[in-house]
Amino acid sequence: MARFTPPVFDYRRCADQDSPRPARHEVVIIGAGMVGLTAALDLAQRGVAVLLLDDDNTVSVGSRSICQAKRTLEIWDRLGAAAPMLEKGVTWQIGRVFFRGQEVYNFDLLPEGGHRFPAFINLQQYFVEHYLLERVADCPAIELRWKNRLAGLTPHADGVRLSIETPDGGYTLEAGWVIAADGARSTARRLMGLDFKGRVFEERFLIADVRMPEPPFGRTGVPERWFWFEPPFHKGDSALLHRQADDVWRIDFQLGPDADPEAERQPERVAPRLRTMLGENARFDYEWLSVYTFQCRRLEKFRHGRVIFAGDAAHQVSPFGARGGNSGVQDADNLAWKLALVLQGTAPETLLDSYDEERGFAADDNILNSTRSTDFMTPRTAAARRFRDAVLALAERHPFARRMINSGRLSTATVLDRSPLNTPDRDPFAPTMRPGSAAADAPVGAQGRESWLLEHLRSGFTGLYFSDDDAGSLPVPVVRLGRNALEDRDGLAAKRYDARPGTFYLLRPDQHVAGRWRTLDRNAIAAALARATGKASG
Amino acid sequence: MTGKLNTETAFANPDDFYDALIDAHRGLSEEQSAALNAKLILLLANHIGDLEIIREALVLARGEP
Repeated sequence: MARFTPPVFDYRRCADQDSPRPARHEVVIIGAGMVGLTAALDLAQRGVAVLLLDDDNTVSVGSRSICQAKRTLEIWDRLGAAAPMLEKGVTWQIGRVFFRGQEVYNFDLLPEGGHRFPAFINLQQYFVEHYLLERVADCPAIELRWKNRLAGLTPHADGVRLSIETPDGGYTLEAGWVIAADGARSTARRLMGLDFKGRVFEERFLIADVRMPEPPFGRTGVPERWFWFEPPFHKGDSALLHRQADDVWRIDFQLGPDADPEAERQPERVAPRLRTMLGENARFDYEWLSVYTFQCRRLEKFRHGRVIFAGDAAHQVSPFGARGGNSGVQDADNLAWKLALVLQGTAPETLLDSYDEERGFAADDNILNSTRSTDFMTPRTAAARRFRDAVLALAERHPFARRMINSGRLSTATVLDRSPLNTPDRDPFAPTMRPGSAAADAPVGAQGRESWLLEHLRSGFTGLYFSDDDAGSLPVPVVRLGRNALEDRDGLAAKRYDARPGTFYLLRPDQHVAGRWRTLDRNAIAAALARATGKASG
Repeated sequence: MTGKLNTETAFANPDDFYDALIDAHRGLSEEQSAALNAKLILLLANHIGDLEIIREALVLARGEP
């Protein structure tokens, strides 16, 4: 199979560079990676013009973030980008954990049917960005400037002044709002002198992304996540094997804290490791070699006036839960509708503080899970190691210990519990889905055609009404499940929403639940809508 | 301290328990004993299944009030 050739996007001089006074753009996004592109597409879809700046002229170098989670795919589907990703990516849901060569545990991340998107696809970050860029190209509301590097940032009362460097000199811009999606080494963060708080881990890991025409271990190539503790083929604590698109395999070796990052990523050092693992005759080409350490840390605040941080620029985790890229995309999903409402004058500026609260809560959850995985995988004391090994030894025969094995707790959509935008349940409901949850998908019939519920919940705030009767006049458009409306053929929508006839859900523009009731209560819906747009509480 | 953790005698014959515990470690190296203890703690903690009780025990075992 042909190797992916990274596109090269031309730098183009723009009129702003010759403007006598700095041109003003209402929204400027720094960084055209997964997060910046998602935010740009979401804002554009909500009618907001976006200027997107990137210091490079191509997509991600190396596979980097490969596990794209169900919720992330649902977000990208809303933006029209998920279909080609699903086709290109490798769908998987099974994980296996081995201890010294024996399988001790396996898990299925999506054991039930009736979902449009799988638990995960594995798709290299450069493909993800490529598909997002295809959508951006169709979007006249987005202007993307390559080789435009952020060099200065000065917030003032009603905007932010930006200094931009280009191949033919610098220029100045005025931004109404800045979304800093410029990654782990965020320039915006540095220019604002903001601290990153949390833990830095010393353990070094090697990523060898290799192209292998034959699946390893004589398997049929069924894509699964394989994780070894104390693998027989690698002197070290752990290893991971995971398939990506185009016969590329992610192989991750834990190297220990003293490994030399420069030496360890040389192909002549990597080859013997791979041959020990895959066999003397294994055929492979290198796709990307990288030695990394990681951090679990975050900015104390994601919103600093008119500069708002998202993705790795705001928070970082270890790679073992697929929580980096996925949480960044969910940041963009959370921010875009809020910023759009503020710019349109239909919500107060303080609504943006809920971005900090909600995504800060998500970041804390991701950091907690990621730190726990890391502590399990890299025990730092003799006692921690003994308990780790005891869990693994017990897991082979005793189910309770399997649940303690932590090779990475994989990303699911964060339930935004305790968000100020939620209207707490007044009526009794099952807690599986609740205010703050991302709306569950379900197969539905739409005028005799097979369809998915989330496809119908895509505009702004939307009501979801389980009833045979029309809802009548409400401040939000209503999607109804019942007679002469969407058909809940398998009853899965009612089951996942714990719905009975008369149940009403108010969903936010990012498809999270704002509130729900057992009966249609116009006053309650209006109050919940006000609350979810930051206009009232109580 | 009043909590959920029972620190009164629960065994009818505590000597039998103590004997069984020591006996389980007989002939083991220090490393093997430590591994046994780790497994034992995990098994018993899961059986108790109440984090509040276990946290109380952890505090007592560590010798802090």
